[in-house]
Amino acid sequence: MTEEAIDLATFAELQAAAGDDFARELVGTFLEEAPPMLRELRAALAAGDTDRFRRAAHSLKSNSQTFGALGLAALARDLELKGLPAEATPIDALVREYARAEAALTELRRA
Amino acid sequence: MHDLRGGARLLVVDDNKVNRLLLTRSLELQGHSVACAENGRVALDMLRAAASAQAFDLLLLDMEMPEMNGFQVLELLTADRALRDLPVIVTSSLEGIANVVRCIELGAEDYLSKPVNPVLLKARIGASLEKKRLRDQQKELVRRFATSEVAQDMQQSGFALGGRRVTGAVMFADIRDFTALVESQPPEETIELLNTWYTLMFDAISGHGGVVNQMIGDGLMAIFGAPLPLPDHSTAAVRAALDMIEMIELLNDDRKAAGKAELRIGIGIATGEMVAGYTGTQQRATYTCIGDTVNLASRLEAHTKIARRAILIDSATRASLGSDVAVTALGTVAFRGKAAEVEVYAVGRDSPAARERM
Repeated sequence: MTEEAIDLATFAELQAAAGDDFARELVGTFLEEAPPMLRELRAALAAGDTDRFRRAAHSLKSNSQTFGALGLAALARDLELKGLPAEATPIDALVREYARAEAALTELRRA
Repeated sequence: MHDLRGGARLLVVDDNKVNRLLLTRSLELQGHSVACAENGRVALDMLRAAASAQAFDLLLLDMEMPEMNGFQVLELLTADRALRDLPVIVTSSLEGIANVVRCIELGAEDYLSKPVNPVLLKARIGASLEKKRLRDQQKELVRRFATSEVAQDMQQSGFALGGRRVTGAVMFADIRDFTALVESQPPEETIELLNTWYTLMFDAISGHGGVVNQMIGDGLMAIFGAPLPLPDHSTAAVRAALDMIEMIELLNDDRKAAGKAELRIGIGIATGEMVAGYTGTQQRATYTCIGDTVNLASRLEAHTKIARRAILIDSATRASLGSDVAVTALGTVAFRGKAAEVEVYAVGRDSPAARERM
């Protein structure tokens, strides 16, 4: 993916609606909450638990949309709709995209 | 019922922390106070614990949640009498229009997709709360038998069961020999007569600031001085009673002309302290008064048959009357349930004609 990891217009809207300080705190919460969600995806896949997998993907999608992490949201949505994949490859792709989003959000948080 | 202008009390239900924080922030910025639950089960526990106090005005509900999801919450809310009228706005990023339709069919008031736009959120919450306010208002007026004064008092004071001490005058009135009257005419005529009698009596009583709070067959109970204070409540009650007698005489003129039996009524009035308030349940309540004053008024009304006078009052009512109202002392009477004998007064001059009218 070559496009920006975070859509700046969406992020600016969030800042305007909730306030800069609050947006900064909210990014912090997301960066704490997202890694467990990624682990939950892998655990659900290992356990073959469709509901857990769908819920974790759904949560990631929902939060990614909030911060304008559109690439991440699209991948998570894909997992939510398609259900348990045959192998972990799509999760690996999601984790890589998350790393990009995390880096961009950390930047934005310092700004 | 809360004052919604100062912000409503909302419950946000979402399993995702980022979503909860963001929604709470948006809602608090809009002046509302917010509580959170992390899944449907926790939310229902909170709602049920708070149901009697109606602690929440609106629920913002996520759908995809562990333990109990939003669909289950909607189903359980609909099945719960105490909670079925709580408005629910679904906030979700569920895929597919079928899910949105399902939410609405299950009783959700509205559906907002996440991320929730704050402007839309504000508009939808405003609309939901306004609808709820109107519904609540209608429910109160329809469900509870109450006069307009009582309904007004409920709206102003907020509806609470339980009493407070007030000083006022209580009136009991009923139709003499009603059973004989009923037997002498067709049922349709009796209903019509009752409607006429109630219309005339309500008019006389409310014309003097009284409130009819009970109708019992051919009788009624009225309060002067509650729920709203009334200056000169005793005089007002006596004047209402005199108007009632006058109206009955007019009605009797008509009945005599039509060859029908005349109507006789008896009225008892007592003045003093009583406990007044709403009794019943949160769903159906009536405004009433209890206490010695009420019992005495009821006994005086029953005593009109024995005393053969139309209006009987106690000494407290007598003491507050001006000299323009003629009153006759009838001495003391021992009433059932009263330790001491009670002084009884008849309103109107003692004359053979007055006795004859009874």
